Amino acid sequence: MNPVNYLYLAALLFTIGAAGVVIRRNAIVLFMCVELMLNACNLAFVTFSRLHGNLDGQIIAFFTMVVAAAEVVVGLAIIVTVFRSRHSASVDDASLMKL
Amino acid sequence: MSFPLLTATAAVPALGAVATAAVPAARRAAAKWVALAFSLVTLALAAVILVRFDPDGGRFQLTESHAWIKDFGVRYELGVDGIAVALIALTAVLIPFIILAGWHDADPLEGARPNRRWRPTQGFFALILLVEAMVVISFEATDVFVFYIFFEAMLIPMYFLIGGFGDRAGERSEEETATQRSYAAVKFLLYNLAGGLIMLAAVVGLYAVTADDLGTGTFSLQQIVDARASGQLDMAASTERLLFLGFFFAFAVKAPLWPLHTWLPNAMGESTSPVAVLITAVVDKVGTFAMLRFCLQLFPEASKWATPVILVLALISIIYGALLAIGQRDIKRLIAYASISHFGFIILGIFAMTTQGQGGATLYMVNHGISTAALMLVAGFLITRRGSRLIADYGGVQKVAPVLAGTFLIGGLATLSLPGLAPFISEFLVLVGAFARYPVAGVIATLGIVLAALYVLILYQRTMTGPVKEEVRSMPDLRPRELLVVAPLIALLLFLGVYPKPLTAIVNPAVDHTLSVVDEKDPKPDHPVTDAGWFHYSPKPEGASHDGASGGAK
Amino acid sequence: MENLIGLLVAAPLLGAAVLLCGGRRLDRTGHYLGTVLAGASFVIGAVLFADMLGRGEHDRALHSQVFSWIPVGGFRADVAFQLDQLSMTFVLLISGVGTLIHIYSIGYMEHDERRRRFFGYLNLFLAAMLLLVLADNYLLLYVGWEGVGLASYLLIGFWQHKPSAATAAKKAFIVNRVGDMGLSIAIMLMFTTFGTFAFAPVLANAEDASEGKLTAIGLMLLLAACGKSAQVPLQSWLGDAMEGPTPVSALIHAATMVTAGVYLITRSGAIFNAAPDAQAAVVAVGAVTLLFGAIVGCAKDDIKKALAGSTMSQIGYMILAAGLGPVGYVFAIMHLVTHGFFKAGLFLGAGSVMHGMNDEVDMRKYGGLRKYMPVTFVTFGLGYLAIIGFPGLSGFWSKDKIIEAAFAKGGTEGWILGGAALLGAAITAYYMTRVMLMTFFGEKRWEPAPDPDKAPSVEPGIEVRPGEMPHPHESPKSMTIPMVVLAFGSVFAGGLFSLNDAFLKWLEPVTGHSHGHSPLSAATVTAGTMVVLAIGVALAWAQYGRKPVPRTAPRGSLLTRAARRDLLQDDFNHVALVQPGRYLTRGLVYVDHKLVDGVVNGTAAGVGGLSGRLRKLQNGYARTYAVSMFGGTAVLIAATLLMRAV
Repeated sequence: MNPVNYLYLAALLFTIGAAGVVIRRNAIVLFMCVELMLNACNLAFVTFSRLHGNLDGQIIAFFTMVVAAAEVVVGLAIIVTVFRSRHSASVDDASLMKL
Repeated sequence: MSFPLLTATAAVPALGAVATAAVPAARRAAAKWVALAFSLVTLALAAVILVRFDPDGGRFQLTESHAWIKDFGVRYELGVDGIAVALIALTAVLIPFIILAGWHDADPLEGARPNRRWRPTQGFFALILLVEAMVVISFEATDVFVFYIFFEAMLIPMYFLIGGFGDRAGERSEEETATQRSYAAVKFLLYNLAGGLIMLAAVVGLYAVTADDLGTGTFSLQQIVDARASGQLDMAASTERLLFLGFFFAFAVKAPLWPLHTWLPNAMGESTSPVAVLITAVVDKVGTFAMLRFCLQLFPEASKWATPVILVLALISIIYGALLAIGQRDIKRLIAYASISHFGFIILGIFAMTTQGQGGATLYMVNHGISTAALMLVAGFLITRRGSRLIADYGGVQKVAPVLAGTFLIGGLATLSLPGLAPFISEFLVLVGAFARYPVAGVIATLGIVLAALYVLILYQRTMTGPVKEEVRSMPDLRPRELLVVAPLIALLLFLGVYPKPLTAIVNPAVDHTLSVVDEKDPKPDHPVTDAGWFHYSPKPEGASHDGASGGAK
Repeated sequence: MENLIGLLVAAPLLGAAVLLCGGRRLDRTGHYLGTVLAGASFVIGAVLFADMLGRGEHDRALHSQVFSWIPVGGFRADVAFQLDQLSMTFVLLISGVGTLIHIYSIGYMEHDERRRRFFGYLNLFLAAMLLLVLADNYLLLYVGWEGVGLASYLLIGFWQHKPSAATAAKKAFIVNRVGDMGLSIAIMLMFTTFGTFAFAPVLANAEDASEGKLTAIGLMLLLAACGKSAQVPLQSWLGDAMEGPTPVSALIHAATMVTAGVYLITRSGAIFNAAPDAQAAVVAVGAVTLLFGAIVGCAKDDIKKALAGSTMSQIGYMILAAGLGPVGYVFAIMHLVTHGFFKAGLFLGAGSVMHGMNDEVDMRKYGGLRKYMPVTFVTFGLGYLAIIGFPGLSGFWSKDKIIEAAFAKGGTEGWILGGAALLGAAITAYYMTRVMLMTFFGEKRWEPAPDPDKAPSVEPGIEVRPGEMPHPHESPKSMTIPMVVLAFGSVFAGGLFSLNDAFLKWLEPVTGHSHGHSPLSAATVTAGTMVVLAIGVALAWAQYGRKPVPRTAPRGSLLTRAARRDLLQDDFNHVALVQPGRYLTRGLVYVDHKLVDGVVNGTAAGVGGLSGRLRKLQNGYARTYAVSMFGGTAVLIAATLLMRAV
């Protein structure tokens, strides 16, 4: 199969994730959309790795996974704290950090 | 290695600031005494400098030099010439009086809740000492980088002094006072910061130029001056001019020169009068001092190139400041505008490039410091009594508080340069120095003395004479502490007015040296009198010439 | 002997310092201390005078170097004194009249609670005035010059609670400052021309300098003299200066300080001699002022202001004489000395009259006082005869010489000047006769004392009950004795000076002298003077002696009304200087606030406004930020691709 198709898939996943980030309000869903975008990137990296015939892309994909994991930990913690204080997981309710 | 006298003179007030700030909140009164003690020790050290300094000795004396940031050629270099010594002495003399005059300015408001953490009194006096330390080291630094650091760092304590402490609100609302005060403090900071940043660019530029020509970059004044003299360092005219403008802009903001002056009336008007004295009599002097030390010596050619424009700005400052002083309704703003006029005189003297002009300008810095301190502090005592800065709120004070009125008048007379008081000598020297090279400028500047009489006497007439106003009827006369502040200043004004020789003896060689760096000589008189000694003049006997013309030495 | 010169200045200076710093402790004795120190100055002066007479006429000058004052490069100013015949004349006049007026003031100021300070100021004045005439260089002279200005300021405004006094004091100082500006420019010119400003070298080398420079120096010195001596165009302060206590008017604004301008011009004779244009200006100023002052003097009902106009006019004579060059210097000084006697006497007389009349100054409310105040009447009368130039009295000898010298100028100029001087003499006779008649003759026109609250001109300390009729009485001895002494001077001084040309011989070594060629003989001039004098007296008699004096001033002619307003001098200054100045300062305050400050504040406001707009973009919604990030990325990618394609 033509590896370029994987790239199309990655682009599709990324777009779905981006659209989710923009459209949805629930923080958890938002988070999952971000994860979706990250994984779309990973897919693209791996594909490129295959296309170019070296391992650079795969290494970066691992890095991304680690960072994403760390991000999830911190992010979920924040979301839980916000939920506790505001009883809502909507990101629109947490819009106070502006001037 | 000998005792680092110059470092010590700057370090003592800095230590004093730390010590004062460390006094516990409950022992507020002790902080004042600690601050006063440290300022007196500084004064003693300044006196030692004065004694150890040999007017006929080398260019820079009591020098100290240590490597600091090797990679950038920055050295911790200190040294004083006559001009610096005079100004260090002025600073050291004024600070104890400023502290004494501001004795109660930072006391917590009556009825305020005691708070263990809130220590305004300690802060006030610590900041004053911190400013003193930075001013002193600015006068001592012979390394451009070291100078720059302290020149800029001075803004921080000054910002807090202006913004944090002001006159009691009086008839204005507490809130309005606070708004005005923070406006003044921010304005002060922004103006000076803008000047300083442009100077920073020029400092970096100077380093680049020296690095290009000398191999290793340097900030040492002495080294650069020597390199220029020997031809090793050859700046292109345009580079030199740009660098000069960068330096000059910062100093002109600080000095302040028209049209960069508008921060001064706000800052002096809103701060307490001791802080106002600190601004105009001490901190601003760094600006004019730096023109003499850095602008003229680092960039002699560019200085000459810029002279016409600077002279015009100085003349505008003189006349404009005086006219605005006449139009003021607020005592402190009036004194601020008078100071702008006086700074015009100082800059005129510096850029007249004559011995009399620059010598006069240096004396002017010292004398203006003392005379403004006298006038402003007495004005402060007056304002504290009545709680208003408006001239119209006073009248007939002379009748109820004659000593206060008398000292106010003497301060005023010093401000209008009455002969017999110190400022007269410096003002006349500046005028003569300017006149010798630029007669028109000299004549225009002379107008300033008429205008000075106007604003001083109008101020005196409206506040002190006439029928006694109801609100001032119970005004007490000067208290012993206040008299202790004013009397020595007046004595100094009189002494230096009658016998300025101790000062001129220190300043003259330094001025001669500055002029030799700039490569300017005094203009020669048209018909010099060869025998300057006294001899008797008597007219020719009648009949020698019929038209009655007479003259001739016997 | 040289060391004594410094003491001349030091004695009153010490007095001023002690009296002004001494505090209330000295309230009881201070005035005696002040008087004794003034007297000490006079005694020292007399000793020096005796010593000077003992030496030959060409080595009479003494010089005393005290210390080097301002040494900066080529600029050398010393504190050094020079006592020659010219200075000596002034020293004796100043300390002599000064001491008399100190004595007078003991009585006059008796009820004033601030008498100690008054004497302190008087001593300060004496010190400054003596410094002025003893200095050996122009800069030190300048110190004295401004010093007397300060003393004059303090004394005119002595009753500071009166707004009019405070305003008058300020006006005097500021107008004088304009003159001082002239003096400082003159000194700067001397420095750039000669490299020094000490009298001897400058005057000895004056001829070497170009005429243009000398003319400039001369004109600047003239400006200075105009300020101090109240000459046109800087005359406006003298009338208002009468707000001061009367002894002050007598000492400062009649006998001594106002004559400093004459001293300055005479001292700088060598410069003026070599600058004919400057001399012409001096003469013109003198001639105009002598008529100006005389005309103003005719219209004033306030006795002190009438005398002030007269002072202005008499100093005009002196300036005129000094402007004539070596022909006139000696006579200028001679008139100055005789004027010092009779004008001080007249002012003290006026003070004595006011003292007895509840401090009324309006002559229309006097009348018939000769019976009640015999001593005042006689001394004032002698002063009056002296000032109009009655033959044999002081004024006659000195004024006659000046008129003669004016004619001797020659040509049309001589006729104009001589004519002006003669006309001035006639007017002098008129207005002084008017003063005399209105005050001492005619019926009583006294009025009850005004309510002091309503009429703030009443001098304080003198107990006046509102509504009380004045009961004039002779003043105490301390006041009459100085008047008597001055009357002696007014009668005999002129004759004594002219005896054997004593005064001429005394001053000639310093000022030089030449006899002019008058188109008229001396006798003709004297005769002419007598005729115009008689006309002036007769006119005044016809108007004020024969008919009763109206209590309220008649409307008068246009000239009279203008003269009452000092020939519109204040109106002119107001329109030409004060008003434009006020608008200028107001305008500048506005400009400074709105424009200079506005530019900076405007920039700040602009930046602030822009950031306010941009802030709206930050609405706190995470997705808005996400969209902007995506949008930004898209734009970046598009741009990159576009670059590739191109």
